[in-house]
Amino acid sequence: MRIFCLALLLLVATSAVASIGVYEFETPEQEVRFKRLSEELRCLVCQNQSLADSNAELALDLRRQVHTMILAGKSNADIVEFMTERYGDFVLYRPPLRAATVLLWVGPFVLLLLGVVVLGRLVRQRASGTGNDDAQLDVAEQKRLEQILRRRGE
Amino acid sequence: MLPELGHFALILALCMALVLGVVPLAGAARNVDSWVAVARPAAWGQFLFMGIAFLLLMTAFVTNDFSVAYVAQHSNTLLPTIYRVSAVWGGHEGSLLLWVFLLGGWTVAVGTFSRHLPTLMVARVLGVMGLVSVGFLAFLLFTSSPFERLWPIPADGRDLNPLLQDIGLVLHPPMLYMGYVGFSVAFAFAIAALLGGRLDATWARWSRPWTTTAWVFMTLGISLGSWWAYYELGWGGWWFWDPVENASFLPWLVGTALIHSLAVSEKRSAFKNWTVLLAILTFALSLLGAFLVRSGVVTSVHAFANDPKRGVFILMLLAVMVGASLLIYAWRAPQVKSTGHFAVVSRETLLLGNNVLLVVAMGSVMLGTLYPLLLDALGMGKISVGPPYFNTVFIPLMVPLLFMIGIGTLARWKQDSIGRLEQTVRYTLAVSVVIGALLPWLLFRSWEPMAMLGAVLGVWILASALLDLRLRLRNSAGLWQGLRRQSRSFYGMVAAHLGVAVTAIGITFSSYYSQEHDVRLAPGESHVMGEYRFLFEGISEHEGPNYTATRANLRVSKEGQRDVVLHSEKRLYKVQGMPMTEAGIDWGLTRDLYVALGEPLGDGAWAVRLYHKPYVRWIWLGSLLMALGGLLAAADRRYRLKRNVATEAAS
Repeated sequence: MRIFCLALLLLVATSAVASIGVYEFETPEQEVRFKRLSEELRCLVCQNQSLADSNAELALDLRRQVHTMILAGKSNADIVEFMTERYGDFVLYRPPLRAATVLLWVGPFVLLLLGVVVLGRLVRQRASGTGNDDAQLDVAEQKRLEQILRRRGE
Repeated sequence: MLPELGHFALILALCMALVLGVVPLAGAARNVDSWVAVARPAAWGQFLFMGIAFLLLMTAFVTNDFSVAYVAQHSNTLLPTIYRVSAVWGGHEGSLLLWVFLLGGWTVAVGTFSRHLPTLMVARVLGVMGLVSVGFLAFLLFTSSPFERLWPIPADGRDLNPLLQDIGLVLHPPMLYMGYVGFSVAFAFAIAALLGGRLDATWARWSRPWTTTAWVFMTLGISLGSWWAYYELGWGGWWFWDPVENASFLPWLVGTALIHSLAVSEKRSAFKNWTVLLAILTFALSLLGAFLVRSGVVTSVHAFANDPKRGVFILMLLAVMVGASLLIYAWRAPQVKSTGHFAVVSRETLLLGNNVLLVVAMGSVMLGTLYPLLLDALGMGKISVGPPYFNTVFIPLMVPLLFMIGIGTLARWKQDSIGRLEQTVRYTLAVSVVIGALLPWLLFRSWEPMAMLGAVLGVWILASALLDLRLRLRNSAGLWQGLRRQSRSFYGMVAAHLGVAVTAIGITFSSYYSQEHDVRLAPGESHVMGEYRFLFEGISEHEGPNYTATRANLRVSKEGQRDVVLHSEKRLYKVQGMPMTEAGIDWGLTRDLYVALGEPLGDGAWAVRLYHKPYVRWIWLGSLLMALGGLLAAADRRYRLKRNVATEAAS
């Protein structure tokens, strides 16, 4: 039995032909573009998946569309424009910069700037020594300290 | 009968929570000892009734009691027993019950392990946790009781979502919830300290091991989720920046900031107000996470619940809890003494920098997560914010953060100088840059700048940890003695930071050097990718307990190595009629081979997706190291040694 399997395997191995990709490209550069585009475009009927990550009918269709357009020599911008014309900005995982999305793109920089300013002020304030020293105890703490010391002394 | 008992137990738990949330806090405010003493018994009572409710729901699942609507919706007679147990938290109502049960558990744990703390403090902490518990129990009872009956009783249940029928998702929610809920302990300590007006270094010391433990659970929970997504969703991705993933990532980021700022509050008694604010923020983000996941506002891979009533309830809960705690903060914080000074160049400043970067990172992720929801709600159009956005804003913030790990651990408290730091790290930094920059070339024959940057940062963290250790051992008699003298929290810090380095390297290499081929394969055909040949041996049919599977067998061979056979399945779950892909993975420390079966293409040929993912395991290996580091730090001896001193000081 084992020999039979082995023979079968050999047969299979020798008859193995190089496989064909599901999508054929003329240059490796086109393939890279295809991969990138299908990761940045949203499958519109899925919950939250890119074209690359979905097996839905629509995703397959749009992948095919992207593939055809790449082979037809269309640029990335052309393809993105084609998609947004049909499906709106919702199809793009990288939201375009528009009036409504300014806050989205600028927000992180504003936050960082704010953080750095606050950090700078706080550190300068601490460094200039306006804060009280920790060694100073308030009245209640002083009392407790005396109590503890007294008990230790007994 | 039993489900009604479960419901009744929940009502009793709510009563106990009300007692716990009101009496000890009032007692602490008015100095009534007998009221304060109620705290621990009430915490135990609450936990007992929560436990009864939880066990009864589990019983309903294990015994297939489909008269309970929740069981009928999430289980099936064919479902294997282990998944019947985990189905308890497979839906909205049950996961909320798990949440509440874990909250009760944390409350009891705080009551038990805080015997050395002043009674008033413990009473306040437990009281605040009781109030949190009131909120969640009310949510559970009024909007989402898991014990509702169903009539007529269906013959069989609708089965558990197939995505959840997996060991990764059996463990992921409990771990994550332990983290979410654990941060409520940090929150309770902060509020208790504010109420008591004693916001000092001791408070930070008491709060630290709890916060770190919660962080450990959260770290494990998030990485389990990411690991699950990697092997279960069938697309080879491990992080999708999905709103529900972000919901857990936001509290993790701020929680990470919190454990660092607590260190400063304990050691140097500084940043106390800021630390309290972070504790409140971390908890608020946990609630926001609950809102995002549980309300169904986000339609994403994970969101299974959908009911606006619930969303409004959590939003109100969020508003009340955050509003109340900010009011207490505004009332008490100005009385907190401003603290001792530190120089511009000091470990304090660097840790503050860490906090700024982490909080800004959190803010950016939150912006990206909520922005499309807000635009949609305001009727300003639908947009998608996905990985391209998050990677663009998140990675630039992480680069300086990772660099600062190395500097921060070597910098001195209170005052340091650029000159001294520069002298200390000069050679280490230079060596790290050289080794890190060469790594991508040595491993992958590539000069990709971003990969070099990632590798440099990883090597730098490792090298600076070694340098730190060497400097610490400089004055000790022997190596072994010196190593033994270092505290557990030091080793914890080193392990956690190394974990960050390992994860960073894993993310960098797996994102830049992964290979992915979509190929059409008929039985007997093979495809070569790099050094590996994938031979498609054919398809076989299999029968699972509650699904049928089409299984592809792929033989992977590489010269000089034994062949491995990988199986990828397309499963059809009978009850829900849902197709699922099971990936076939050959894992290794330096690379994973990953195959996923696609669609049939006719003539016996199939679309097959093949991946070669170098160093992808390091992503989760690193998070295990981080968690280990957290455990070591939380187990440091000083938290236990201080017991006697604290008792004495309080008496």
